[in-house]
Amino acid sequence: MKTDIKLIVDGKRLDGRRPDELRKIKIEAGVLHRAEGSCYLEWGGNKIIAAIYGPREAVPRHIQNPLRAIVNARYNMAAFSVDDRKRPGPDRRSTEISKVISEALEHVILLEKFPRATIDVNIEILDAEAGTRCAGLTAAAVALVDAGIPMRDIPVACASGKINNQIVLDLGKDEDNFGSADMPLAISPRTGEILLLQMDGHLTEEEFDEAFNLALKGCHIVSELQKKAILEKYKPILEVE
Amino acid sequence: MTILPSIKREYLIKLARDGKRADGRTFDEYRKIEIEPGIISKAEGSAKVKIGKTQVLAGVKMDIGDPYPDIPEEGVMTTAAELIPLASPDFEAGPPKEDAVELARVVDRGIRESEVIQVDKLCIEPHEKVWMIFVDIHILDHDGNLFDAASLASLTALYNTLVPIERLRSTLEKLQEKHPSIKKYLEEHPKDYKLPLRDPPISCTSVKYNGIVAMDPSLDEEETAEARLTVATDKNGHIRAMQKGLNGTFTQEEVKKVIKASIVNGKKIRELLYKSVGK
Repeated sequence: MKTDIKLIVDGKRLDGRRPDELRKIKIEAGVLHRAEGSCYLEWGGNKIIAAIYGPREAVPRHIQNPLRAIVNARYNMAAFSVDDRKRPGPDRRSTEISKVISEALEHVILLEKFPRATIDVNIEILDAEAGTRCAGLTAAAVALVDAGIPMRDIPVACASGKINNQIVLDLGKDEDNFGSADMPLAISPRTGEILLLQMDGHLTEEEFDEAFNLALKGCHIVSELQKKAILEKYKPILEVE
Repeated sequence: MTILPSIKREYLIKLARDGKRADGRTFDEYRKIEIEPGIISKAEGSAKVKIGKTQVLAGVKMDIGDPYPDIPEEGVMTTAAELIPLASPDFEAGPPKEDAVELARVVDRGIRESEVIQVDKLCIEPHEKVWMIFVDIHILDHDGNLFDAASLASLTALYNTLVPIERLRSTLEKLQEKHPSIKKYLEEHPKDYKLPLRDPPISCTSVKYNGIVAMDPSLDEEETAEARLTVATDKNGHIRAMQKGLNGTFTQEEVKKVIKASIVNGKKIRELLYKSVGK
């Protein structure tokens, strides 16, 4: 990765953010009628829809687990979501992201309640601008709540990284391309358990601590936004009851 | 037929006997149509179309490529549709199935045969380089009539498209070394410009169940239907494309009626499209 490009000038990043500032986030729960639960999320220039189907019988039968449900997350990028058109369908990158997101979600969902079932989590990246896996997981979590899937907690994700030798929160597009480290993190905010952690680039131990704490702080801010979006949809219903 | 669809079918037929549809529409009435152009910033053009609860997103990407040898001075368009599992519990992941391919091909034909895109104006260097246009259709929420929603979304996305000179300037300049006449093209097109288009025909779909013909079918009506007819009409009220589907039949009189209703609704939808793109 190149590091010679100036990404921080006078304490401000290229898009005008402070080092510990998130991009603008907008979350809306329940945007699709066909899905059991859904969520639309904008995170900076990312636009993402997540939809949940299930729990329903897992097919083919050999993928069933007689003791618990399986979570089948599918991260998919729209052909028009990136600068150079992406060929439709899964590639190695989206397959890997689907896997780590499935595993992160499996930990918080009460899988043992639905033996032999599958919970399908569809994450569609409609417009992409760095940090799609964090945004996708965050949207999926809200969609799961909207679908009424029993969970121990509402998982949440946020990345931190390093640009021009400084630790910053939530890398934007150029920061992702020209920065020197990127670390997506997903947690269970109630317990602080780490559900997803990846890192590429270069960090010292001290820098890791700083980056981790910063990402943690970001996760808690996003977590509040998730809860707000869910309450916005369900509070009127709760009040009537 | 499984139990649930057959119950729904009986219900729809019973309603139709009283001259009613499940959502209270008349038989030649569309659900509410909403058109939102330009919502994807990475795409050259995009549009989301809602017809009732059906939601379709179309995005246009452009690239520089080689022309077909038989039409060396024309741009190339491709349409692809994905029935992503997000939109319906019945859609599965994986390569496009029959239905997705039919949908993409019908939309593709609607754009291609009606010559909406002025492909002759998308030549960069004859025989060497032309613009490639990719129209990708994403079904987000499926409540019937994907044909009309997908073609309307694609058309709106094309109207919203800017040819990405700025984004591909360095590529074009590099190509200039090998193909010097690209210099002329760049001089004539110094910045992003609107995709050259002609007036589009608008597709209207009807289905028939138990002798009743209904426009803009909901998913339940579609699942009950014995026959389907899509009619595309242009701004002069002329027929530009038709596609009959499913194993049921229409009478000549019914087809005539469908054509008349398609012209009336096509006109209204065209006005919505123009309004949304500021034309």
